[in-house]
Amino acid sequence: MPTSEIKESDKIYKIINARLLIEHEIVENAYLWFQNGKIIHPQNLFFSARRDADEIIDAKGLLVVPGFIDTQINGSYGIDFADYEEPVEVLQKNIDKVAKGLLQYGCTAFCPTVVSSAAEVYQKVLPLLNHRKGSATGGAEILGAHVEGPFISVLKKGAHKQAVFKDAKNGIKDFDEVYGPELLKGNKAVSIITMAPEIDGVCDAIPDLVARGITISMGHSACRIAEAEEAVTKGANSITHLFNAMQAFHHRDPGLIGVLGACDLPIPETSVGHPAPSSTSPDRKRPDPRPFYGLICDGVHVHPNSIRMAYYSHPTGAVLVTDTLSAAGLPSGIYQLGGSEVEVVEDGAAYIKGTTTLAGSTITIVQCIRNFRKFTNCPLVEAIEAATLHPARLLGIEDRKGTLNVGGDADLVFLDDTNGDIAVKRVFVAGEEVKL
Amino acid sequence: MRLIIREDYEEVSENIANYIKERIRQFEPSSERPFVIGLPTGSSPISVYKKLVELYKQEKISFKHVVTFNMDEYVGLPRDHSESYHTFMWNNLFMHVDINPSNVHILDGNAPDLDEECKKFEADIARVGGIELFLGGIGPDGHIAFNEPGSSLTSRTRVKTLAYETIIANARFFEGDITKVPKLALTVGVATVMDAREVVILITGAHKAIALAKCIEEGVNHMWTVSAIQMHPKGLIVCDEDATLELHTVKYFKSIEHVHHSLIGSENLSLQGGVKQLKSVNNRPTTPME
Repeated sequence: MPTSEIKESDKIYKIINARLLIEHEIVENAYLWFQNGKIIHPQNLFFSARRDADEIIDAKGLLVVPGFIDTQINGSYGIDFADYEEPVEVLQKNIDKVAKGLLQYGCTAFCPTVVSSAAEVYQKVLPLLNHRKGSATGGAEILGAHVEGPFISVLKKGAHKQAVFKDAKNGIKDFDEVYGPELLKGNKAVSIITMAPEIDGVCDAIPDLVARGITISMGHSACRIAEAEEAVTKGANSITHLFNAMQAFHHRDPGLIGVLGACDLPIPETSVGHPAPSSTSPDRKRPDPRPFYGLICDGVHVHPNSIRMAYYSHPTGAVLVTDTLSAAGLPSGIYQLGGSEVEVVEDGAAYIKGTTTLAGSTITIVQCIRNFRKFTNCPLVEAIEAATLHPARLLGIEDRKGTLNVGGDADLVFLDDTNGDIAVKRVFVAGEEVKL
Repeated sequence: MRLIIREDYEEVSENIANYIKERIRQFEPSSERPFVIGLPTGSSPISVYKKLVELYKQEKISFKHVVTFNMDEYVGLPRDHSESYHTFMWNNLFMHVDINPSNVHILDGNAPDLDEECKKFEADIARVGGIELFLGGIGPDGHIAFNEPGSSLTSRTRVKTLAYETIIANARFFEGDITKVPKLALTVGVATVMDAREVVILITGAHKAIALAKCIEEGVNHMWTVSAIQMHPKGLIVCDEDATLELHTVKYFKSIEHVHHSLIGSENLSLQGGVKQLKSVNNRPTTPME
C-alpha cells in the first residue's frame, strides 16, 4: 500500500523485543500492535486489508505494561483541585499542568480528587474535571472527579474542614444540591464519591448514586462493621485509603477495615466493579463480594506490616493511590490544601501545620508500586496490577483501561525492571509517545 | 531423491530451516524475481517455523522478497478461528517476520465459489512463475496436504471431503465436538506440489515409519500419495531415526551421505546435492569406513 494513502491516524504500530504483561503473566516473544490509539489484533488486517506494521517500535527488552491509574490525587505542583478562587481559565490551565506532569511517572489516567468543600466550590470546579481523553501533549486522561466528602464523619475528618460536612436526610436530593448539576452526568463528571455509611441517609442513597454509574467508596468514617457491610450490600464497592480516617481495627468490632474479612456478603452477579476471585475469596470461582480498597504506600500513612496484612487477606482488591496534595512535585515547605496550611517535611510526608495530622502525601504512583512490592513481597505482576488492572476494574472500565488486551486504549509504560527495581523509560498515551 | 537422516525432531527441523535459509540466500530474490515457497501446517513444521523466526531475528534471513503459498485451508471456518490455517500461519510465522502481506497466499475457505477459488490459486502460482520449493509433511497414511489415499496423482487444487479418521483426529481442537469440525477442505493437488522445482518433505516419528517405507521403497501408488516424489527430479526427504524404523534402505542412504561428506567433501557439493568438479584434497580417508 503506497504510504501516501495511509493517514497518520491509520498507522499501525508494532512493538517488538518487549516483554508484555498479558493475562497476569510476563510474556516474551509476543508483540503489541496498536492503531488509532487502541490496541488491535492485526491478524485480520494482515490477511484481509493486506496491512502490515507501518512503524516498528523496538522496546529493546523493556517490560511493557498498561499505563498506571491513580484514583485519588488532590493536586500537584502547587495546584489543588479544590482551588476555586481564580478565574475558570486559570483553573483549567492548572488542571492541564497536573495532567501533563503526571505522565512522566507513568500515570496515564487519574481521578482528580476534591476534598470536602462548600456547594459553590463544586459548582465551579466539577465542570472542569469532566471525563477527558488523554493525549501525549494534553496530559493524562481525566476519568472524572473523585469527590471526597462532604458526607463524611466529623470524628474522622483528617485534614478536611468540618464546617462544610453534610448529612443526607433527603437522600439523593442532598447530593444533587451540594455537588450541583454535574452529578446528574454520573460518571462522565463524577467517578467516585467517598462517603461515610453511618451518616444519616447516606447508605439509603447509595443505590440511586450507583444507578448513575458512580463508584461509591467508604471512607472518613467511624462506622462499625455492620454499617459497613450494609453499605457494601447496597452497592459500595470501595474503601478509601484503608486504615486512614477510619476506626482502628478492634477484634470484636473490626469496623470498616473488617470488611476485608467479610464472609457473608452476597456474591455479585457480574464481575464489573468487583475484584476477581482469589484464594481468599468467599467463592473461589465467582467475583469477590468484598470491596476494593485504596492503599497509600508511602510508608508513612500506613505501616508496611499493615499493608502486607491487608494484601494477603484480600490480594485482588488492592488499589494503589497516591493521595498526593498540591505540594507533590515541589520541594519541602508550607503549602495550601483545601483552605488549610500544610507543611511538607523532608521524607515527603505532609502534616497540617503545627499538628501530627497527616494531610496527604507527595509520592508518585510508580514509587507506590515499588513500595507495595517491597512491603508485601508480592510478584512484580501483582504490584503492577494494583496500579492498573484493579483500579480499572473498580471503575468498571476494564474493557478499555488497565490491560494490554485487544480493544483497550494504547496507554503504555515501558519499564526497566533490571536489578529488582522499576524505572519508567517510555510512556504512551492513546498511542502517542510522550516526550519525557 | 535424497534422504537425509538426522537424530531427532529438533535436528531435522534445524536441518530444514537452514536448508531453506541457504536456498533463499543463494537464490538472491528481488521484487521482480521473488523466492516462491509452498508451506504446510500441522504439528510437524512448527519447529521449522520457530527456527526460521530465530534466523530472522538474528538477521540471517529476510522474507521481504519471499512469496508464500499454503497447502490447504478448511472450508467454512472463519479466518480468525483459532484452528484455521490462517491463524496457524499468523501465529507461527507471519506475525514474527518481515513478510509482505500481499505476498501471502492462503486458500479462502469462505469464498462464495470454491471451484473458482481453487482455479484462482493455481493461476496465482503460475503468475509468479511457479513454486521454487514446496515444503510438506506426510500423514500416517502417506498423504500430502489433504490428498488422502485414492487421490489422483495428477490432481490439482480442489475441494476435498475429509476422511472420517481425519475428522475424528481433529475433534480435539474443536472441544471434542465432532459436529463442529469442518468436513471439507481446499487443498493443493499432488501434481500442484510436484510441479514445484523442488519438493522437501519432513517426516518424523515412529508413527510415520510405515508411510515413509511405503512411499520410497515401493511403487508410485495413489494409496500413498507422497510416493509421487519418486517421479520428481529434485526431491528431498529429511527424517529422524524413528521414522526409518520400517526402512530397509537406511544403511544405503546413510552411506551415500557419508560418501558425500567424507570422500567427496562438502565443499565440492552444491546445496541441492549436485557434485561440482572434484578437487583433490590431502588427508582424504582412503577407505569408506574411516
